Amino acid sequence: MKALREFVDKQKPHFEKGGRFEKLQSTFDAFETFLFVPNKVTTSGAHIRDAIDMKRTMIIVVLALIPPLLFGIWNVGYQHFLSHGMTPDFWPMIGFGLLKVLPIIIVSYVTGLAIEFAFAQARGHEVNEGFLVSGMLIPLVMPPDVPLWMVAIATAFAVIIGKEVFGGTGMNILNPALTARAFLFFAYPSEMSGDNVWIAEKADAYSGATPLGNLLVFDVDKLPTDWSMFLGTIPGSIGETSTIAILIGALVLVATGIGSFRIMASVVAGGLVMGLLFNLWGANEYMNIPAYQHLIMGGFAFGTVYMATDPVSAAQTNRGKLFYGFLIGFVAVLIRVFNPAYPEGMMLAILLMNVFAPLIDHYVIQSNVKKRLKRAKAVAA
Amino acid sequence: MKVDMSTVTKIKKGLDIKLIGEAEKTIKDLVTDQFAIKPTDFIGVFPKILVKEGDTVKAGTPIFIDKYRDNIVFTSQVSGTIKEIKRGAKRVLLEIRIEADGKDEAIDFKAEDPKTLNRDKVIQKLLDSGIWPFIRQRPYSVIANPADIPKAIFISTFDTAPLAPDNDLIVHGHGNIFQLGLDALSQLTKGKIHLNIDANATHSKVFTNSKGVQINQFSGPHPAGNVGVQINKIDPLNKGEVIWYLYPQDVLTIGRLFATGKYDATRVLALTGSEVLHPAYYKTKVGAAIEPLVKGNVSDTEKRIISGNVLTGTKIELDGYIGFYHSQVTIIPEGNYYELFGWALPGFNKFSISRTFPTFLFKNKRFRLDTNYHGGERALVMTGQYEKVFPFDIYPMQLLKAIMVEDIDLMENLGIYEVDEEDFALCEVIDTSKTNIQEIVRKGLNLMRKEMS
Repeated sequence: MKALREFVDKQKPHFEKGGRFEKLQSTFDAFETFLFVPNKVTTSGAHIRDAIDMKRTMIIVVLALIPPLLFGIWNVGYQHFLSHGMTPDFWPMIGFGLLKVLPIIIVSYVTGLAIEFAFAQARGHEVNEGFLVSGMLIPLVMPPDVPLWMVAIATAFAVIIGKEVFGGTGMNILNPALTARAFLFFAYPSEMSGDNVWIAEKADAYSGATPLGNLLVFDVDKLPTDWSMFLGTIPGSIGETSTIAILIGALVLVATGIGSFRIMASVVAGGLVMGLLFNLWGANEYMNIPAYQHLIMGGFAFGTVYMATDPVSAAQTNRGKLFYGFLIGFVAVLIRVFNPAYPEGMMLAILLMNVFAPLIDHYVIQSNVKKRLKRAKAVAA
Repeated sequence: MKVDMSTVTKIKKGLDIKLIGEAEKTIKDLVTDQFAIKPTDFIGVFPKILVKEGDTVKAGTPIFIDKYRDNIVFTSQVSGTIKEIKRGAKRVLLEIRIEADGKDEAIDFKAEDPKTLNRDKVIQKLLDSGIWPFIRQRPYSVIANPADIPKAIFISTFDTAPLAPDNDLIVHGHGNIFQLGLDALSQLTKGKIHLNIDANATHSKVFTNSKGVQINQFSGPHPAGNVGVQINKIDPLNKGEVIWYLYPQDVLTIGRLFATGKYDATRVLALTGSEVLHPAYYKTKVGAAIEPLVKGNVSDTEKRIISGNVLTGTKIELDGYIGFYHSQVTIIPEGNYYELFGWALPGFNKFSISRTFPTFLFKNKRFRLDTNYHGGERALVMTGQYEKVFPFDIYPMQLLKAIMVEDIDLMENLGIYEVDEEDFALCEVIDTSKTNIQEIVRKGLNLMRKEMS
């Protein structure tokens, strides 16, 4: 450790003002703080500080993404071989999955981090850790057969248009990972929907429809069992299929206090309420599916746990979070059942509520302001 | 007045940070002849110096006045000579160092029963003696304006900050003087004097038997002892209103003025922190030098000496002096070290409210915390964190952002008058983004004060 520190200390002057590589200061800082928590001490205000920092926060989220990632890798292989009527051992499935998924992850991280570093450098500030999470979220919401160049374009779009134009981390309005997904959805609709994209290198004869795809044409009979949807042995985006793997991630987020349980619970409540309302209405077969099935199909669980909870694009007040979450679940199911153009409503519901989150907060805060003004008036009277 | 045992205001949001180095409950005498008065202790005061080096002073001799409120006088706490007038960059007045002569000579402001005096007389006596600056006001936490009539006076008798001194111990045996101080204060307001006690920890009869005051009980974690929280729960401040506040030792100082006619700046302070070998209480005077206090009683590590507590105190050097408003000194290790992969390792000794470190499993663990930031400053990303330790009916993050963009109306609407930087100290401690929140809040308060005057 000491030798490493000495090495870093020796290089440091080159990257500081007046050094040979002063233009790469942010890059150096990113690597240095990756290795070492800085020696900076407090000078004003509280003399002691909590041990948590942005790196710790983000690494916990990445950790929580590991279960759906691992399951996704296996499932990509499993679905592939299943479509060809084969049932190989565990490792070949993992092998195939890795071959498909790893390149997507690498492309996402390399593209995103390169842009992040460039912006940090140009603005002369530190590299924010947010992309450690976005860079993992993006591959997990991609169909397994997505071309790598699309991943690169979508990632670039998400980082630049979704985040940096608003001023960078903490300033963005939309969830960056979902921005990437939405970009592809609207820019390359044929590659991003239909029955052919959800299984990697699928055999042509095999159906490959997702549960939501089945429901869109009211094929309720073709719906997989609840158990396989909960387990995740169904076609779909890489990380979204397994509700149970996502629940493990949710447990990590809630136990550490990093993810907002308030939001997760209210999204689920919103989805269930809308599902039950449709049950009451019962105009078609889609409306009649049990409300809980909405939670284990498509991207509902993944969106609830990892996307809706993004603190920057979510509502920021505690009360606002309840409304925000509830409306996401509510609108997601609404879009699913009502809009034939969009089999999956979760992505659009979250993006929509991202846009409305500041408005929700505004009303919550105004009620506090009004209370204060009323109190002052009562005293003055 | 009777204590209403049935109503306890329960503070639920907050955090007790358990540190190593609590003061043993014995009071020793601190022998020193070095004192100072530091104009930087007084927010918004522009000092105009009245003495020069070599002058002889008594306890109560004016040292400087506030240029813009020249009836507010700052006087010497001891008798002796002006040893040094220390100035900093741009000739800012930093310290007026006074060497005590041990004669304890004091100006006689006349012993009087405050009940026989009217409001103006009481105020004049407090102003002349230099005791007035102990009385501060909300909003802004500046020295009270004698021309104001406050709607109430708040006295917090308990301190919930880490390793805070025990006021029960400090006031023990001084019941009559304390009551005399309260009697003087009761002349200053038409409203109530709120004497706030800890429902579980305050046992001193000095507090519970006080007369002419309303005793309010509080329970819960820090910042339950903050006067700002107490005001918010008992009698919230509205725009245009003023509340005055002070602390038990200040009431004793006022009591002694009326009992003896002298400015007796005696102070008991707690010497605390993990780097103190024998933490204990010391009896000295306001503004004592730190060196004799810590000499031979601290560890060999590189240390941070804090006048006050770890949340709100001021960093002082070994040749520095204890602050005017402080009854505590805390000494903790400096944190200027690098930590390899510190953010990724489990961290079995790390303090965090977040449950991302295993230490959250050990609720009663006491920590030896240092001054390291434990990370770099980042954008405000996480939400809902401050709310866990901020027991006001105020949106802390939104208020903070209103201050950052200097939106006066929004700051006012979001409740800036009701808070002080100390109320945000815990938010600052637990903040993932490592923002210096107290500094921002102070800027906001100063801006509001400027706008409103």
